[in-house]
Amino acid sequence: MKEYKTITRIEGPLVFVAKTEPIGYGEIAKIRLPNGEIKNGQVLDTSDDIVVVQVFEGTRGIDKNATIKFLGDTIKLAVSEDMLGRILDGKGEPLDNGPSIIPEKKMEIIGAAINPYARDSPGDFIQTGISTIDAMNTLVRGQKLPIFSGSGLPHNEIALQIARQAKVLGMKEKFVVVFAAMGITNEEAQHFIRDFEQTGAIERSVVFLNLADDPAVERLITPRMALTTAEYFAYDKDMHVLVILTDLTNYCESLREIGSAREEIPGRRGYPGYMYTDLATIYERAGIIKGRKGSITQFPILTMVGDDITHPIADLTGYITEGQIVLSRELHTKGFYPPVDVLPSLSRLMNLGIGKQKTREDHKQVSDQCYAGYAEGRDLRGLVAIVGEDALSDKDKRLLKFAEAFEKEFVTQGKHEDRDISRTLDLAWELLGMLHKEDLTRISPELKNKYYKARWLDAPLSEESKEAGKKEAVGKEESRTKVSVRKPLQGMDEEDTKE
Amino acid sequence: MSKATIIKGEVNKGTASDGTSSDGNPGNREDSKGTISKRTIGKGTIFRVAGPVIEAKNIDAKMYDVVIVGKERLMGEVIRIQEELTTIQVYEDTSNIKPGEDVEVTGMPLSVELGPGLLSSIYDGIQRPLPVLRDQMGDFIKRGVQAPGLDHKKKWEFKAAAKKGDEVKGGAVIGTVEEMPGIVHKIMVKPDVHGKIESIKSGSFTVDEAVGELEDGTELKLFHQWPVRIPRPVAKKLMPETPLVTGQRVIDGLFPVAKGGVAAIPGPFGAGKTVSQQQLAKWSDADIIVYIGCGERGNEMTEVLTEFPHLTDPKSGKPLMNRTVLIANTSNMPVAAREASVYTGITIAEYFRDMGYDVALMADSTSRWAEAMREISSRLEEMPGEEGYPAYLSTRLAEFYERAGRVIPLGTDKAGSVTVIGAVSPPGGDFSEPVTQGTLRVIKTFWALDAKLAQRRHFPSINWLTSYSLYQDTLSGWFNKEIAPDWSDRVRQMKTLLQEEEKLLEIVQLVGSDALPEKQQITLETARLIREFFLQQNAYHEVDTYCDLKKAYRTMGLILQFGQKAQEALGKGADIQRILGIKTKDRIGEVKFDKNHDALLNLLEAEMRKEFDAVGAE
Repeated sequence: MKEYKTITRIEGPLVFVAKTEPIGYGEIAKIRLPNGEIKNGQVLDTSDDIVVVQVFEGTRGIDKNATIKFLGDTIKLAVSEDMLGRILDGKGEPLDNGPSIIPEKKMEIIGAAINPYARDSPGDFIQTGISTIDAMNTLVRGQKLPIFSGSGLPHNEIALQIARQAKVLGMKEKFVVVFAAMGITNEEAQHFIRDFEQTGAIERSVVFLNLADDPAVERLITPRMALTTAEYFAYDKDMHVLVILTDLTNYCESLREIGSAREEIPGRRGYPGYMYTDLATIYERAGIIKGRKGSITQFPILTMVGDDITHPIADLTGYITEGQIVLSRELHTKGFYPPVDVLPSLSRLMNLGIGKQKTREDHKQVSDQCYAGYAEGRDLRGLVAIVGEDALSDKDKRLLKFAEAFEKEFVTQGKHEDRDISRTLDLAWELLGMLHKEDLTRISPELKNKYYKARWLDAPLSEESKEAGKKEAVGKEESRTKVSVRKPLQGMDEEDTKE
Repeated sequence: MSKATIIKGEVNKGTASDGTSSDGNPGNREDSKGTISKRTIGKGTIFRVAGPVIEAKNIDAKMYDVVIVGKERLMGEVIRIQEELTTIQVYEDTSNIKPGEDVEVTGMPLSVELGPGLLSSIYDGIQRPLPVLRDQMGDFIKRGVQAPGLDHKKKWEFKAAAKKGDEVKGGAVIGTVEEMPGIVHKIMVKPDVHGKIESIKSGSFTVDEAVGELEDGTELKLFHQWPVRIPRPVAKKLMPETPLVTGQRVIDGLFPVAKGGVAAIPGPFGAGKTVSQQQLAKWSDADIIVYIGCGERGNEMTEVLTEFPHLTDPKSGKPLMNRTVLIANTSNMPVAAREASVYTGITIAEYFRDMGYDVALMADSTSRWAEAMREISSRLEEMPGEEGYPAYLSTRLAEFYERAGRVIPLGTDKAGSVTVIGAVSPPGGDFSEPVTQGTLRVIKTFWALDAKLAQRRHFPSINWLTSYSLYQDTLSGWFNKEIAPDWSDRVRQMKTLLQEEEKLLEIVQLVGSDALPEKQQITLETARLIREFFLQQNAYHEVDTYCDLKKAYRTMGLILQFGQKAQEALGKGADIQRILGIKTKDRIGEVKFDKNHDALLNLLEAEMRKEFDAVGAE
C-alpha cells in the first residue's frame, strides 16, 4: 500500500491530497504525523487531481510532511457478542481497559436501506411504565420515537427510565440496549454508565461514547457504529434492541461544521441541504424485517435549540421519525416529572400497538378524551387570566380542574415508578371522573358504562391554577407558533394580565 | 439479474441519436431470458466521485441519458455536460467507486416499461420491483442490481381488437388483456409508432413476444417503453368537470377536487398528511391509483403494503391493491432515485390515462422531491435560489403538476384523466417557504393541514378557513344534479356558519360565551355540530373511514335543520337553555359510525322535530 506525502492543503477537519492513484469514495485513510502519531480519516471527494479526506481526530498537528495511506476499504466495525457489557469510544475502540474485541465478523457501518417490501409492520406494544408515553403516545417495537427536549430538561433521566423499564407484555426477555453518546459531557456520560451499572443493565448494553471534547468529525460515525451493532444483535442474533442516541443536536452541529469546511452551499440556518437524507440514514435503520426475530427500536434524543420545535434539527427529525415526545420547560419549572407535554407529542404507530388484544379495549378512546379535555382545559387557563374564573361555565370549570389534576396526577410520576398499562388507564378514568359523563364525547356509551365513575366535586379552583393560567396567556402572546382558536384580542389581554 | 447476464460493451449504431424513438422497436433491448440488458454505445472513465454525483471524462452522451457507472455497474443519469466533463447523478450508493473506472453510455433516457403487470406492483424510484430486489439481494437494498419493471416470464391472455389491414396510429388500442379481475388493460400502439397492421393474433403471450406486426416490420408487443421525463402526448386537453369523490366529508363537501385536477396538502409534521393521502388512495373513486412514497418513512410504506391488500374497493368489491401501483423510495434510499420517482409515477399514471381511465396520483411528499433536487443541485455547485433550492424549482414543480389533467388520449375518444394530489412538508409548518409557494402557484385545491387542530385530535386536520378549492363553482353543477339540487346551497350555509363562529370565538375569548346574544349562542352551537359531526372523520373506524355523498348530504341537512329550528324557536320566545339542551343534536355524531345510517337519520329527524315541538309548546 502506497504512502503519499502529497498533502497540499489542510483546513478545518479536512486534508487535501494531490496526485494519488485512484482512491475510492468513502475509503478510510491513515495519516502518520512526523511524531509518529496516527490519525484516521475518510474520503469525502475523490478525483484524478485531488482527494479530500476528513480526519476524525481533528487536524491538529498535521502538516505537509505528514504521510497518508489509503486502506482500500470503507469503514467497517468488528462485531461480536462479546460487545455486550463493554464501553467503547466513538470509533468503536474499547475505553474500559478491557481486552480488544475479537471480531465475529466485520460490518459496513453505512447500513444499506431496508427494502420496504422486506419490512414487517410494527405492532407490539412496548410498556415503558411512563403514563404519558404508554397511554398517550404509545411506543411499539420497531418504531423510532425521539425525545424533543431543551437544555436543562431531564431527558437523560427519562431515557434511563425507559431503558430500565421497557418491556413487551408477556415476554420475559429484556431489551439489549445500545447507547450512543454524541458530544455529551463527561458528567452526563458518567451518569448513564453508573445507572447502567447499578441496575445491572450494563450486562446487556453496549455503550459508545463520543464526549464533548472528542473530535466533532468522529461524531458522524458514532451513531452509525451504534446502529451497526444494533443490526448485528437484532438480525444476526435475534435480539430485541433499544437504541438510545443522545444528543442528535450535537451530531447535526458536526455535520454543519464539516459542510462549511467543504465550502458547501448551506441550506436552512447554515445546515447542509442533505441533512434530511443524512438523518434518514440514521433513523430509518429502526424497524422489523419479515422472517427475522429481532427488532430495532430507536430513542433518539435531541435538544431543541432555543426550545424551538421549528428549528431545522427538530423539524427534519419530526418528518422522519414516527412521532415525538416533547418535553415542556413550563411543566419542568412547575416541578412535574417527567415533564412530557402531551399536546405536541405524538406516536404515529400508536394505533398499531393498542386495543383489545394488545393493551385494553378502552385505550384509544381514553387517550383521545384525555387529549381533548387537557387541550381545552389548557386553553381555558388563558381565558381565566383575562375574565376571571367566575365568568366560566360549569363545564369549563370542570375542564380546568381536570387539566390541573391531569398534570399533577397523571403526567407526574416517580423516577422509579413503573406504572403498568392498566394502572395508567385506570388512573385516566379516575381523572375523567372529574368531568360529567356527557362531557366525554370521545368515548362510546358502552365503555362509559363499564369504566366511568363520577368523581366530580364542586370545589373552587386553587390559586396555583389561576397563576398558571396567567402565565399561559402571556406566553401565548409572545409565542409566534402557537395559534389558538380562542385568540385573545391584543391590548385587552395585556391590560388584564398586568394587574 | 446477476452481473454475468449483463451484455457488455456492445456497440449499437443507429439508436444513439434519438432516445425517444430509438426504442420504437423495444424487442432489441431484451435478451432471450426476458431481462433487460442495458446495451452500451460508448465508454469513458470516472474523473471524480463526490457522493451521489460523479464526473466522467471522454464520453459522448446526451443530457438525461442513462449511463452505467463503475465496476459494480450502478445506474446513473447525465445531468450536466461541461467541456470534456460529464456530470452524472447515480441512483445508488457510490462508496468505494474510484476515479478511472469505466462509465458506459446507453444512449437511452431513463424509461419505464409500460404494459400488463404494472397493477399491484411495488417499485423503487426507478421502477425496479422491490419484491424482485428482495429475492435477488436479500432484505437490504444493495447496489448494482438491475431488474425489469415488468414480469417478462408471465403469460397474458391477449384478445386482439384490431385486425389485419387496419391503419393504426400512436395510442390506438390493438387489443386487451384482463390484467386483474375486472380491470382491462388496453394494449396500445406506442405514441410515436404508426402504420398498417400486417398480422395480429389473440392468444397467450409474454410481454416480449410479438402479438403482431406492422407492414414496415415493427413488432407489436404487449408493452413498450417511455422516457419518464417526457409527458406522453395527447389528442386534446379538456376542462375538468366531474369531482373526484373521496368519501371524506370535508373534502367532498367543502373543498372538492376535480378529476384531472391538482391539489396540494401542505402541513407540518404530525398534522396527518400521510394519513390523508392514504385515505384518498384508499377511497377515491378513481379507476387506478398511483401512490408515490417519495422520501418518506419505511414503516409507513409497510403499512400501505400490509393494509391495502386487505381493503376492498367500495365500488368493485375487489381488493384495493388490484388497482394500485406503489412506488416506494424511502428517505434513506438513494437521493437521485428519489428525484426520479415522481417522474416514474406520473408516467405510469399517464399510461393508464391513455386507456381512458381516471387515474389519481398521490405524491408523498413533493418536498422530499424538491430536497432531492436541492441536494443534487448543491453537489453541482449551482448558484442557489431561495433557501438553497435551485432556481428552476418552481419550473419543475409547475411542469410536474401540468402533467395532470383530463384529456382525450391519442387513440380513443373516451376521455381519461390524471388527478395529482401532492403532499408538501413545509419546514416548521411555514407556508411561505419556496416549495409550498411554488406549489400554490399551480394548484387549484388547497387542503391546509393545521397542527393545532391535529393536537386537538380534530382529524382530518384540514383547516376550514384557510383551505380553498377553485373547482367549487365548476363542480357545483355536478353535485346539484347528481346528489341533490340544494347541495351547494347547504355547503354555502355551512361555510357561512363556520366563518361566523371564528369571529364569535374571538369575542367569547374576552367575555365568555354566556355574555353573547342568544342568537349567536345558537350559531356557535350549530358550528360546533358541523365541526364535530361533519368535518371530523375517523380514518381508523371501519364505517366512518368512508362516507358516501348521500350520507354527507343528509348529515349536513340534519345539522343545518337544528340551526334553523333553533333560531325559529328562539324567535318564538323559547328558552335558550332548553334549546341548547335538545338531546337529538348530540346524537347526530352517531350517524358517522352507523352502518345503517339512513334509518338512524330518519329517526333523529323525527325525534328532533318532536323535541322542538315540545320546546315550542312551553
